[in-house]
Amino acid sequence: MTDDIEKKVYRGRIKVPYKHTGGAYVERFITEIGKSNKILGVKCPKCNKVHVPPKMICHECFEKMDEWVEVQNQGIVKGFTVVTHSTPIMPLEPPFAYGIIKLDGADTDFVHIIKESAPEKLRIGMKVKAVFKENPRKRILDIEYFEAI
Amino acid sequence: MKIPKHDVAVVGIGQTKFRSKRRDVNIPEMIYEAVKMALDDAQLEPKEIDAVIIGNMDHFEGINFSELLCGIEAAPGYLKPVVKVATGGTTGSSLAICGYHNVASGIYNNVLVVGWEKLNEGGATTGIITAFDPVWERPSLAGALGPLALMAGMYSAKYGITPEQAAKVTVKNRSNAANNPFAHLQMPNITIDYVMSSQMISYPLRLHDCCPQSEGACALIYANEQETKKITDNPAWVHAVETAHYYTFGTDDKMFDLPTATIASKKAYKKAGISNPVKDLDVAEIYEPTSWSELSWTEALGFCKPGEGGKLLDEEITQMSGELPVNPSGGVLSTNPIGATALVRVAEAAIQIMGRGEKRQVPDVEKALAMGFGGSLWTEIMILGKNPMR
Ligand SMILES: [Zn+2]
Repeated sequence: MTDDIEKKVYRGRIKVPYKHTGGAYVERFITEIGKSNKILGVKCPKCNKVHVPPKMICHECFEKMDEWVEVQNQGIVKGFTVVTHSTPIMPLEPPFAYGIIKLDGADTDFVHIIKESAPEKLRIGMKVKAVFKENPRKRILDIEYFEAI
Repeated sequence: MKIPKHDVAVVGIGQTKFRSKRRDVNIPEMIYEAVKMALDDAQLEPKEIDAVIIGNMDHFEGINFSELLCGIEAAPGYLKPVVKVATGGTTGSSLAICGYHNVASGIYNNVLVVGWEKLNEGGATTGIITAFDPVWERPSLAGALGPLALMAGMYSAKYGITPEQAAKVTVKNRSNAANNPFAHLQMPNITIDYVMSSQMISYPLRLHDCCPQSEGACALIYANEQETKKITDNPAWVHAVETAHYYTFGTDDKMFDLPTATIASKKAYKKAGISNPVKDLDVAEIYEPTSWSELSWTEALGFCKPGEGGKLLDEEITQMSGELPVNPSGGVLSTNPIGATALVRVAEAAIQIMGRGEKRQVPDVEKALAMGFGGSLWTEIMILGKNPMR
């Protein structure tokens, strides 16, 4: 082998148009948000925890959950980070925050956007409320963001 | 080869009704149907399961580390060992064999194994192509269909197997599928003409020479002898497992006769005390991705001599009424949820041993063979029996 041989690197260009079926629980949650700006969770028949976002199985109890309950559109921030760099997949133009939010009436945490970026205005324990999109598109971002109360 | 510490049995079986798409459920919701059925079948509480082994091909649905999501939300894996197995077409049989080893070795008293796929959500062929050498193979022979078509052509040329004989396999398997409530393509009135006049896909393979793409899941629970006694008096005992993997680079190996099937089955027969598979086995569930492959695989598994796969079928030995029915469930030509496909072979073999096959039941099954095929012409074998080995 000599140095004048090109060290070829082959480019892979695989593109797959994946589809991801939402399923019954996603369907109901997203539909209700778009229709009436209500946030729904499901309650485990065994441990009584209310899961938001809703899903079929309580992973701790491995019980199927069928009881739908409405939770509040507001809750407490349990943790946050501020996004400063922009990438093409960002839902908003930075800066903004991602927060772990426990909605009033829910027992699980919910990750969403907080439209606030000044660290002095953000704190763990602060109260936030959901702001809904005017024209829902059946996505989790039909809750456009949370804002400080 | 060491003697396993424990005898192991299949004590619970679950599977979904397989379809081309399930728009009503997402992935964990779909898998849960099979898991719940297996737990109910064994009458076990979720907390009684020691470990979960789950498998599919990540690339097919575009969900990497699917065991994170599915091991917890679709199977009782929370705070327990959850392991992912993915070996291509053999994923289901690798799951079956890993589950077996984990109990036979004494590591766990029971293990839940789950195979699944939701093939309408992505691109199986694209996923398969990523398994091939990026420089030499991807631009030409990569994928499943091309190599299988080449194999069919070479096999036919060497032994004089005809397209009619291949079509007869599809007719047998899809009419068998009509007796299996879980099968995807159930075609009780299918004819040889119908298969032979279907669209040419990749010469000599026509549409109905090929397996479908299916969505669904299969779950099995294995237990050691002590737990099995508590769970059921009608288990299916594992008598032998064998794996033979190799790699064919491009076309540098003979692309028919499936040498791994010959090697794996011979070893498994020896362990299970089988000297004449047609006489000693009562039923076989084999992994035939195409009609032609079933003929070739029956040769490789020693059901007949090389080149006599067509004759074996013509003599009706592999029909439901024959001496060794092959694929009473309808086989892979009827149902192919890739990560579950080979596990369905094991589940169906166990169902036959337990005598729970209803309309697809073969009478008086004492010994059954299940086969997985995939990867780079890999074979995995499991032999199940009515009684424990010792
Ligand atoms: Zn619970």
